[in-house]
Amino acid sequence: MIELGKYAGAVIGAYGLSLALLGGLIWQTLAANARARRDLERQENRG
Amino acid sequence: MSIWEYANPVKFMRTSGAVLPWVVAGAVVCTVTGLVWGFLTPEDYRQGSTVKIVFLHVPAAMMAINIWVMMLVASLIWLIRRHHVSALAAKAAAPIGAVMTVIGLITGAVWGQPMWGTWWEWDPRLTSFLILLLFYIGYIALWSAVEDPDSAADLTGVLCLVGSVFALLSRYAVFFWNQGLHQGASLSVQSGERMSAVYRYPLYLTMLGFGLLFLSLMLVRTRTEIRRRRLAALQAREMRA
Amino acid sequence: MIALLRRDLRLAVRAGGGFGLGVAFFLILCALVPFGVGPDTAALQPIAAGILWLGALLACLLSLDRIFALDHEDGSLDLLATSPLPLEGAVAVKALAHWITTGLPLIIAAPLFGILLHLPGAAIPALLVSLLLGTPALSMLGAFGAAVTVGLRRGGLLLSLLVLPLYIPTLIFGTEMIRRGQEGGDMAAPILFLAGITAGVLAVIPFAAAAALRVNLR
Repeated sequence: MIELGKYAGAVIGAYGLSLALLGGLIWQTLAANARARRDLERQENRG
Repeated sequence: MSIWEYANPVKFMRTSGAVLPWVVAGAVVCTVTGLVWGFLTPEDYRQGSTVKIVFLHVPAAMMAINIWVMMLVASLIWLIRRHHVSALAAKAAAPIGAVMTVIGLITGAVWGQPMWGTWWEWDPRLTSFLILLLFYIGYIALWSAVEDPDSAADLTGVLCLVGSVFALLSRYAVFFWNQGLHQGASLSVQSGERMSAVYRYPLYLTMLGFGLLFLSLMLVRTRTEIRRRRLAALQAREMRA
Repeated sequence: MIALLRRDLRLAVRAGGGFGLGVAFFLILCALVPFGVGPDTAALQPIAAGILWLGALLACLLSLDRIFALDHEDGSLDLLATSPLPLEGAVAVKALAHWITTGLPLIIAAPLFGILLHLPGAAIPALLVSLLLGTPALSMLGAFGAAVTVGLRRGGLLLSLLVLPLYIPTLIFGTEMIRRGQEGGDMAAPILFLAGITAGVLAVIPFAAAAALRVNLR
């Protein structure tokens, strides 16, 4: 483990929050894409 | 090879589907390597380990501005030439830009706390980022409020144009209003060595990584929007039949 | 154009909202601030300019959605769009009517409310000039926001979200000017900026607002 000194909380907090936000965005993007693809396939198979 | 060919959604879907894996791979490699490398850099003699936050803060801030510019260009292309995919790309980019702005603000606040002794300061750069976030929120809200997709694209396009002018104007007005704590540009071509190479190379890598990350997210989101449009069109056709 | 202006003014006066409500809202806001921050002159004086400008901003915002909404509902907006008068001109006239019914009363009332908030007498000319130069831009930008949101069912909240960020530069230079007037500093720079923003807005925004209206009337 690398030594972060007295600012460990700040550094880990910044990385944690940012990666959580990015993760949330990526998850939302992929979920919306999967849903759109599924709905579209269902519609195309029906018609 | 011109952008006008990609006004055809089928063509766009085919090409973007083929390019996407490479872009995603590049984004993952650059971002992960850059961030890990950045995390392992030695401490700065003044800032201690907080210097590691720069590898998130600077790329996010850079992308926050660049994404708005990209949206402006995409909106112009839509308004002038009715390039449908371009309008959808602008729509797809906005939430990514908003998240980048939030990351820039949060990492800045976390960094400012130990460095300046305060989470938030009404400093010109911070304030103009907050204003940029307001513009992103308004833009996204307008997209979701208008039902007809073409009208929504037109209205948000006009809003993006007016918003760009005012975002820029606010930025200079804010400088007039308050002089800041924030240091000047972290990287600049003219002023030469501001930042030692230890930090510079991982920073370039994360900047590239964030750019590619934006590109891949934007492509996926645009593809989502195209599929939604096609679905809506198919449903409308079924209703009529 | 003059007929349209007359019609809008008459409608605003008859509806009873235009002249009265904006100023009444402004008064309530100025009366509530001392309850929030305490009645001390020392506490009120430094923020008086900001409160007055914010009050003007919010009072202006309140009546914005009426610029186009009523005309959109009864169809007269469609008539305006097809009339020989360019839509840009109609937008400018409607913004002017909005300014006469809300901006002008606010400017007249502002010195009185300034006294309520212990704004020093030396700053009152600066207050008047800044409002006079700034409020036309507020009305015009508001007309743009109203044009963008005119067809929407719940446009009111969205309208404030879209318009308020556009008010930031005007607010900054307006309050800065009063602050300098209060301290007896040089007011040339904020005056020029304020006038420049207003002139630019008046010249360009009618086109953007008319474009948005055309989209909404499609």
